[in-house]
Amino acid sequence: MARAFDEMSSDDGSVRKAYETLNRWLTNVPHDVLDHRRKEAEFIFRRIGITFAVYGEQNAQERLIPFDIVPRIITKDEWTRLAKGLEQRVKALNLYIKDVYSKREVLRAGIVPEELVYQNPAFRPEMNGQAVPHDLYVHIAGIDIVRTDPDTFYVLEDNARTPSGVSYMLENREIMLRLFPELFSLHRVAPVENYADDLLATLRSLSPNGAHEPNVAILTPGIYNSAYYEHSFLADKLGVDLVEGRDLFVKDNIVYMRTTEGPKRVDVIYRRLDDDFLDPLAFRPDSVLGVPGLMSAYKAGNVTLTNAVGTGVADDKAVYSYMPEIIKFYLGEEPLLANVPTWRCREPDHLKYVLEHLEELVVKEVHGSGGYGMLVGPKSDKAQIEAFRAKLKHDPANFIAQPTLALSTCPTLVDEGVAPRHVDLRPFVLSGSDKVRIVPGGLTRVAMKEGSLVVNSSQGGGTKDTWVLDA
Amino acid sequence: MLSRTADNLYWLSRYVERADCLARILDVAQRLAYTPVTYGGSTNEWSSAVLTAGCVEGFVARHGPVENATEENVVSFLAFDPENSSSIRNCFEVARTNARSVRTALTSEMWDVINSAWIELRAFPDKVMTREELARFLAFVKETSLRFDGATFRTMLRNDAYWFSRVGAHVERADNTARILDVKYHVLLPEKEHVGGPLDYFQWASILRSVSALTAFHWVYRDSVKPWLVADLLILNRQMPRSLAACYDNVSRSLDDIGGAYGRQGPAQRLARSTLAKLSNHSIEDIFQAGLHEFISDFILNNYKLGNEITEQYLT
Amino acid sequence: MRVRVRHEITHRFEPVARHAIATLRLTPRSHVGQHVLRWALDVTPDCRLMAEEDAFGNIVHTFSVEGAIDAITVIAEGDVDTQDTTGVVAGGAERFPPSLFLRQTSLAEPDAAIAALAARIAKDVSEPLGRLHALMVAIHKGVAEVPAAPDAAAAPAAKALAAGKGTSAELAHVFVSAARALRVPARQVSGYAALEAPAAFREWAEAHVPGIGWVGFDCGRNLCPTDDYVRLAAGLDSQAVAPMLSTGSIARNTAVARDFFQAARPGQGQQQGQRQQQGRGQRQE
Repeated sequence: MARAFDEMSSDDGSVRKAYETLNRWLTNVPHDVLDHRRKEAEFIFRRIGITFAVYGEQNAQERLIPFDIVPRIITKDEWTRLAKGLEQRVKALNLYIKDVYSKREVLRAGIVPEELVYQNPAFRPEMNGQAVPHDLYVHIAGIDIVRTDPDTFYVLEDNARTPSGVSYMLENREIMLRLFPELFSLHRVAPVENYADDLLATLRSLSPNGAHEPNVAILTPGIYNSAYYEHSFLADKLGVDLVEGRDLFVKDNIVYMRTTEGPKRVDVIYRRLDDDFLDPLAFRPDSVLGVPGLMSAYKAGNVTLTNAVGTGVADDKAVYSYMPEIIKFYLGEEPLLANVPTWRCREPDHLKYVLEHLEELVVKEVHGSGGYGMLVGPKSDKAQIEAFRAKLKHDPANFIAQPTLALSTCPTLVDEGVAPRHVDLRPFVLSGSDKVRIVPGGLTRVAMKEGSLVVNSSQGGGTKDTWVLDA
Repeated sequence: MLSRTADNLYWLSRYVERADCLARILDVAQRLAYTPVTYGGSTNEWSSAVLTAGCVEGFVARHGPVENATEENVVSFLAFDPENSSSIRNCFEVARTNARSVRTALTSEMWDVINSAWIELRAFPDKVMTREELARFLAFVKETSLRFDGATFRTMLRNDAYWFSRVGAHVERADNTARILDVKYHVLLPEKEHVGGPLDYFQWASILRSVSALTAFHWVYRDSVKPWLVADLLILNRQMPRSLAACYDNVSRSLDDIGGAYGRQGPAQRLARSTLAKLSNHSIEDIFQAGLHEFISDFILNNYKLGNEITEQYLT
Repeated sequence: MRVRVRHEITHRFEPVARHAIATLRLTPRSHVGQHVLRWALDVTPDCRLMAEEDAFGNIVHTFSVEGAIDAITVIAEGDVDTQDTTGVVAGGAERFPPSLFLRQTSLAEPDAAIAALAARIAKDVSEPLGRLHALMVAIHKGVAEVPAAPDAAAAPAAKALAAGKGTSAELAHVFVSAARALRVPARQVSGYAALEAPAAFREWAEAHVPGIGWVGFDCGRNLCPTDDYVRLAAGLDSQAVAPMLSTGSIARNTAVARDFFQAARPGQGQQQGQRQQQGRGQRQE
């Protein structure tokens, strides 16, 4: 594995221009002051209740995500390039999903194998031939980006279902503004606080039947969901109701919410509930989180669901490997953001290669997320690799493999002081009927453990404020 | 607003109020338990605390007959027991669950009170406490409810969210006052021969103390503590914030505000008004003549019915 | 043959529901060998029926009712002209290529026993249509059909095979999962069999045979559907073709609906007398 790209320091030890001011500041501030501010940040986070739940851990119902107080800096040029690539990528995702649920030209042209659509558990036959407002499916996308050298940004993963993390992006900035006003006075940082307005504008633009004052609601699975804090945070920032399934009901294909003044019609639902649980009459009959009849109302065009139902057909890791071809097929353009080279284990020659090189590859489940069920070859011992080999052989189609990327590092405050740690970036792309909106930056996730490449919060990763410099 | 949000606000306030009441009950029980018998102390203070808290059934299931009540098991049951749905710990737990569900309807100050209290609660030991620790704990509980009330009063917009929260607090407060009065009266009744004696004085004073009204009593009546005056203060006197009349003044006003904002009245408003009218038109002599216990039982039942009407009309 | 169908379904709500909503897959379409002459749905209590088409081309009706609801009753009634096509279904509403019907669902997921059964048949018979016939015969012999309980949903395929008995729907699950294990597209079908007593409503399977198309296989009766079959709906498994699904919400609880399926009483066309008993229109009881 190559040496990781350090976003602050060049190989010769000199500090890159964008980081000069920050570096000077970091050198001058005593360590105990930094440590004190970090504790203060943690105290504020706990006080306002920014917590998340980790599945499978008892008594860990509410945990804090570690917050690193050293910001990550992206230059304006770098950001402009990224933003263009993100917009292109999301456009292609939307066109692909529309095609998959209507004419299926991409299958006829042989770009994507049929079974990746028809046998995909995230494919929803119910959406076939179903018109959605403005032909948009993925209104809110989270595209995971990693960097390996000054010029290369890779897309690591597309999240087209219900990407989370945006509340951390916003809260991280608020906390930084509170703790380090002097640092902001030394930099021109592009603001992110307009995300809530952008999201609301996007949601309102998606109203069915062109309702002028559409009633927007956020649908949450409830307070025990790992991202509940984010759901309530967004409802608050947007000034819309945070509803649970039991707050809604469907009558004559119209969705209403129960209010103290009687039923009130709902036009746009930003749902943070998986497809499977949306409607017990259409999907899992045992779901108590959903709204019976919601799918009928949706199909009748009386309510908009964001994201649309069935978008998962575009964001699993097997489809991911076809994204460059998908972009070319629909847009006639070369992809602006590269894909990480990917071996599809469903193809025999790829599988053979992967089995022979397990100790140097990262192998992931096609439908896995959150860093679960994956093998990081170079970080695993013999027994782990052999156990994984058996799993892989048993069901090759369920896995893809990628080279172990040397993720870039950023200066991070750890016990010993400030040290480089690996990071990734999740920008959030909003697609409305009027335009695409991307707030500069996104959520930077950082692997707090030295050498670790796993940045997922469920695996002990932390977050940072992301600064796109405006000059 | 969402019915569920109104429901959460209503119960959030009720549980905070309930925790406060439990803390006061324990406070008074502790005080009386240390008072020598000749000065009104008695051995059944702890069982009376269980009766007042309205938790007899749960207590019996856990610790056997009420006569088994001791300082240790009552404090543990009313303050900390996770099995007791109305223990102080559970009240805070439920209050926070409700608060989390309606974060967006609360001001950050209100959330802060509830969330910090919940975090702080975890720092207190689960069971056996020294008396100083218990006193500190009870002070913390009462302070939390004061802070929550203050945050609500000072920071909330005066709209339906505020009114539902007020309705909850006052319906609960009325229930608590009525229960304290009823149970204490029962305990005192057989002591008729002592009316006016020192024993009686300490007992009635303890009732007043449990609702923070001992000083207020003297200001209002400029008289020594007498049963009918205590009852008058806690039932009919609108100057007294915990009296049934004052609570219903507030309940009725908040419900009217809701009705006004929505442009529609219902059974909840009608029931609240008729109860308020009863409290306004009776004299304490009437009540004693017809039987204090009967009056209070009737009130508790009506208050319970009002809760149901509110639920039916707005919260589901 | 002219088949007359009367199918009554009642869902009860205990305790009484304030609001209930239901979907019906209870209206047949015409295709080669099946012509719908007359078909009507009657729902009690009164409501507005909204028709739509589901992903597989089935006709679906949804409706919601409010008030104190203790039961919803639906009666489907109609006449259908049928011809024997030796089980082949053509000219129907097909919205997907057959390969979609290789999808796994939890109800029709092959376990080791089903995979073994499929493999054994595949070894014995190589010709595609013959293989499916052999599969039907094997399931008919190995899994006895029992009548469906009115309030129970069909069990997964693996359970039925292990038990050695199952409802018509469960037998179809076994067939469908085994066929898919052999990479043959297969699906669940609901409908009526006029000559079956006492209950006519049943489910069977269809498999796609290259060069022929979709062919029906009824493992319980050990035959390919003839002209006494009326075909209602097709889908990936029993849940996808359920004639009626409903939920009722009672304050905060979701009520459990019980399906009091009553025997559909089909008769052959000439018996006019029956028809008068149940006039159309809103029933008040």
